[in-house]
Amino acid sequence: MIGLSHYLILSGLLFAIGLVGILRRKNLLMLFFATEVMLNAANVAFAATSHYYGDLTGQMFAFFIIAIAASEVAIGLGLLIVLYKKTGTLDLDNLATMKG
Amino acid sequence: MEKYLYIALFAPLASSLFAALFGMSPKKMFVGVIASILLGISFLASVVLALYVNQTGEGIHVTMMEWIGAGDLLVPFGFLVDQVSVTMMVVVTLVSTVVHIYSIGYMDHDKSFNRFFSYLSAFVFSMLVLVMSDNFAGLFIGWEGVGVCSWLLIGFWYHKPDVSVEENPSISPSWAANEAFIVNRIADLGMLVGIFILFWNTGSLQYDVVFAQIPHLSEAVLVAAATALFIGAMGKSAQFPLHTWLTDAMEGPTPVSALIHAATMVTAGVFLVIRANPIFMVTPDVSYFIAALGTFVAFFAASMALVNRDLKRIIAYSTLSQLGYMFAAAGLGAYWIALFHLAAHAFFKALLFLGAGNVMHAMHDELDIFKMGGLKKSMRWTYIYMGVASLALAGIPPLAGFFSKDAIIETAFNEGRLILWAILVLTAGMTAFYSFRQVFLTFEGDRRYEEFGIHPHEMYKFVLIAMAPLAILAVIAGFFQSAFHSFITQLLPNYEMSAHTHHLVWILGAIVLAFAVGGIALAWIKYSKGLKRSEKVENGFLYKLLKNQYYIPKFYADFISKPYAMISELLWKSVDMKIVDATVDGIARLLYNGGDSARKMQTGNLSNNLNWMGVGLVSLLLVATITALIG
Amino acid sequence: MYEQIAFYLFSVLTIGLFLVTVLSKNLLYAMTSLAAGMVLVSGFFFLLGADFLGVVQLIVYVGAVMALYAFAMMFFDATKDTKENNTNGSWIFLLGGLTALLLVMMFAAPIFSESVVASYPSVEGATNPQNVGMVLFTKYLIPFEVAAVMLLVAMIAGIILAGKKMDHSLTTNEDNIEVKTLSKEEEL
Repeated sequence: MIGLSHYLILSGLLFAIGLVGILRRKNLLMLFFATEVMLNAANVAFAATSHYYGDLTGQMFAFFIIAIAASEVAIGLGLLIVLYKKTGTLDLDNLATMKG
Repeated sequence: MEKYLYIALFAPLASSLFAALFGMSPKKMFVGVIASILLGISFLASVVLALYVNQTGEGIHVTMMEWIGAGDLLVPFGFLVDQVSVTMMVVVTLVSTVVHIYSIGYMDHDKSFNRFFSYLSAFVFSMLVLVMSDNFAGLFIGWEGVGVCSWLLIGFWYHKPDVSVEENPSISPSWAANEAFIVNRIADLGMLVGIFILFWNTGSLQYDVVFAQIPHLSEAVLVAAATALFIGAMGKSAQFPLHTWLTDAMEGPTPVSALIHAATMVTAGVFLVIRANPIFMVTPDVSYFIAALGTFVAFFAASMALVNRDLKRIIAYSTLSQLGYMFAAAGLGAYWIALFHLAAHAFFKALLFLGAGNVMHAMHDELDIFKMGGLKKSMRWTYIYMGVASLALAGIPPLAGFFSKDAIIETAFNEGRLILWAILVLTAGMTAFYSFRQVFLTFEGDRRYEEFGIHPHEMYKFVLIAMAPLAILAVIAGFFQSAFHSFITQLLPNYEMSAHTHHLVWILGAIVLAFAVGGIALAWIKYSKGLKRSEKVENGFLYKLLKNQYYIPKFYADFISKPYAMISELLWKSVDMKIVDATVDGIARLLYNGGDSARKMQTGNLSNNLNWMGVGLVSLLLVATITALIG
Repeated sequence: MYEQIAFYLFSVLTIGLFLVTVLSKNLLYAMTSLAAGMVLVSGFFFLLGADFLGVVQLIVYVGAVMALYAFAMMFFDATKDTKENNTNGSWIFLLGGLTALLLVMMFAAPIFSESVVASYPSVEGATNPQNVGMVLFTKYLIPFEVAAVMLLVAMIAGIILAGKKMDHSLTTNEDNIEVKTLSKEEEL
């Protein structure tokens, strides 16, 4: 029987995968993809909790996360385009303007 | 009557604050005048209070306001005017008024004229707080207040440079001031401990509450409290072994010596013993120790005065000696006699000091009596004043000193302490000798000052007039003995001579008188015709021993100050620098280096920052896991 | 049985696809596998009985978000492999592995959840979308409205950010230089 732990472990693994992506990649678009992976991992965990406790709150959170992800993508891609227009690259290493 | 109490207490404070306003400005005559007037007002208020207390036989007890209220500790600003404190108030305000007026003349050419009055009045205020307070905390505040003012005044000429001990035993005014302050601090610790013991065991600091509880206290507690309080008194009254500061304190201006180091502050210790007499009465061992120590100091100080050449130091030694007499009386239970001697002594000792100030003024600050002589022509009034004061000090009837000192010596006999009695009688002879040695060397004989090109002149008229009340009191104070007795014993325990002593009183008086007259006669024979110095005597062991104050200052310097300095340096260099400072520096260096290496994280590269964020996330998860595992 | 098979199958596939997303050098591959992974995630939602959520996942993520990414990638050079100076692998994987391990440890541990009470239990007999609708429009009405406003704001922002200078090509080099110099002049 598949229990809550199975789903949570799966979600943890997915989250770790996303984290590896975040840490490893330098391309901004890839970072966005990795973020999506992490958000989805969280969604799975919410949905699973919601199901096993018979409470809809988890699903509600998942909805809002999807909404946030959508808006994040909209703005993020807009920013990426502007950045690409400016610098011609999406590489994080070229963005070291924060060094004080 | 409360009105007069507040006037007496706060007029000196007002005077001090007023003078402080002009502290930095050049000499202003009106500052001195107003300060003197305010002190005079304080004196008058004290006299009114004294008359009131005498009339009603009751004290005035006021609580101005609450001061400390913390837990069980409740200390109000309370003031008590009873027979003891009113006596002290009259003496203090009278002497200080005279000294204030005298200072107008004496400090005439000093550029810090205004500042001097500010300190002087502040001192009087502290002294009044000391004597008027109705609790030990207030007493302690006044106690420390007079200590601070004494430090300020001894070091008044702080700009004088340090010299060697051979040249001047007190090295410099600032050195002497620090010595006085530090020695007093040692004793004050004892006093604080005493106060703590009393509070610990009685839960109060009010005199009446504490004294009411004495029957319930164990003997060990009482002995401890009495001893600790007496240690405090020893410091302030310069009793052996804490006596060295008093003679060195003569570096201060002469009015200060007259006011502080003769008449008022040094009597605070005696006052404390008298005030706390219920404690000392139930601890006979401590009391006997006080009496023995007092007797010893009386003799010890007198012996040093025999050979000293410094005009003011001789008087300082005689102060020490007389304080010894007071402690002897207090220790033997004759508190009222101690207080009586305190008052009488204040008058003639202040007079003596002020006379010495006149001489100094005339001799351009020369203090060596071997360089004086024959001053009686040019300084007739000063000669009379100092002569009267010395007669009183020597205990020649009918002057004040005779009555009070004789009473003390009688007390010793009456108590059956014949050794003490003998020493006190001998000391009386020595007192007469050294005071007249000083008077004769200063005023009689050949004019040794002429070879130094000094032209002495008499002090200002108003100064001499201002000194007159002291001279009169030095003469007549003794006549009030029985009146004072009935006045003061309303509060203090009575002390009467036994019938046996009463029979012998004339013989006892005659013996003391014989010693005193003998001393004077000896001084007259040796010194009235001029100074004849004998190499043989001056190189003798005894003379050198006395001249070097029994080598006690040297002992303190070599065995206390120097090792202390060495230990301090050792601790500074090894403990402070290598452990304490090194620890602090180490922490700072650790943080600094840590910051330096942590700065490398701030590459400005977003990817790097993300990586660090990941590290942070993992650490938080680790913490969460570990807490979950532990919990 | 059927549920177990589905779960394990989906799990393996999702993990694999997401790994491809994260590790692939080619943007297009990455995006494709991400989209596929999301479809499979919606499969989990259906398995869990959250039908509505699954549908939303398909529509919003696989439909809208992925379409956005696809359009965005037209601006960039998606056919070439990305040249990245990737961070040193071993310690990244160590961190990722450690996270996974810790999370798995936490989730595998027995959860004492008897006290958890469902505050919005599903209504018996109603379908999942009906249930979601009931909760969403009662308890979560205001967050819902706020989310709507947020999406509107995001849309406007996206249009404005991306919409500037649409007439310039970003991929051809000459135009790029032109744009660069232009933007530099603007900066000056």
